[in-house]
Amino acid sequence: MIPAKFDYKLATSAEEAVSLLGEYGDEAKILAGGHSLLPLMKLRLANPEVIIDIGAIQDLSFIEERGDHISVGALTRHRLVEQSDALKEHLPLLAHTAGHVGDPQVRNRGTIGGSLCHGDPASDLPAVVLATRATLVISGPNGERKVEADDFFTEFWETAVAEDELLTEIQFPKQTGQQWSFQKFNRRAQDWAIVGCAVQHGGTPGIGMINMGTTPVRAAAAEAALKSGATNEEVAVLADDGLSPPSDIHGEQDYRRHLSQVLLGRALANT
Amino acid sequence: MTFPITITVNGKSHEMEVDPRTLLVHFLREECQLTGTHVGCDTSNCGACTVLLNGEAVKSCTVLAVQANDQEVQTVEGLASPDGPYTPIQEGFRQEHGLQCGYCTSGMLMAGTALLKEIESPTEEEIREHLEGNLCRCTGYEMIVRSIQWAAEHPDGIPVKIGEES
Repeated sequence: MIPAKFDYKLATSAEEAVSLLGEYGDEAKILAGGHSLLPLMKLRLANPEVIIDIGAIQDLSFIEERGDHISVGALTRHRLVEQSDALKEHLPLLAHTAGHVGDPQVRNRGTIGGSLCHGDPASDLPAVVLATRATLVISGPNGERKVEADDFFTEFWETAVAEDELLTEIQFPKQTGQQWSFQKFNRRAQDWAIVGCAVQHGGTPGIGMINMGTTPVRAAAAEAALKSGATNEEVAVLADDGLSPPSDIHGEQDYRRHLSQVLLGRALANT
Repeated sequence: MTFPITITVNGKSHEMEVDPRTLLVHFLREECQLTGTHVGCDTSNCGACTVLLNGEAVKSCTVLAVQANDQEVQTVEGLASPDGPYTPIQEGFRQEHGLQCGYCTSGMLMAGTALLKEIESPTEEEIREHLEGNLCRCTGYEMIVRSIQWAAEHPDGIPVKIGEES
């Protein structure tokens, strides 16, 4: 099983990648680690005519502490996020969650930006981006713009990154003094979460849900309850409030609703 | 279109023009004639195609050959030298009967090699966690875990040359 034919362009800088995107428009797709895109291409769910490989742009792989936030380059591989001492100290929820993406081989190749741009409601990292209220930095033909986490995930497998734009950096507010928990329920070690959640509270409460809608979503009702000082039990039963989880081979909607409450309860008990 | 690449595989440089859609696993098997790396699920689940790319375990069915351009790959053929002893991991699989049908074995050997480079004496839990991405269709995990434990306990292996009896 190999992808359909495509033209291959190697970008050596973010500017060059944006310029190539401008040239090829919606015929082109950005290739980072390839662990979301290549499986889609092999299954013919994606058939880009042009692949723009950004894998060699070293400038896009970094983890830097900058005052009250930590900036992570879009091309930073999950493995580096998982092992970063700066993230373990200031953003333990992100470092911990990155260590639960796929399996070790996947984490050696997959990148944080690639995972976020794929916009899959079943993937782990979007929940952290939502829970921590991260800001996403996007480069385009007219320069840089910033998008808040809540405005980033727009539709199923769709994000705010336009056809001629490139996600370059994610800015995470530090979790100083906050408690956190990540919960993921799946049947086999490397599977996608049937349901999961990323939670932080203590300062700014945030609850990002995995596989509880057509996009990565925030559990807004539960967050509001957490903020107002409700008990863990009162917050947990609101996990699925206002959300519309999917039904599929891994679980019916009702099952996911129940599971989300159980997992949020566990997360709160752990924080 | 084709794209010129140079990949160092097991220390030997391979320079050629490839169709950009060529997967690394097919490059290794068909262009380099190194068929020890297996195509299993072909969907980055089973890990049978695991090789080391710049020393890190990756699933070569989900890496394009062009993505490995100017980089170093080690396959199962690169573990023991042709007339040298097995590596501790290979000897461990022999001592502890770590393989049944053999389909997952080269991937297990490479994932185990990557693990022992990172953690010299892993716990059983660390071994199991590190093998999350490798499936054994014979479900022979107990012996695979024991094989890697054997390798960790015998970092020098046993100096038996391939073809000789121990």
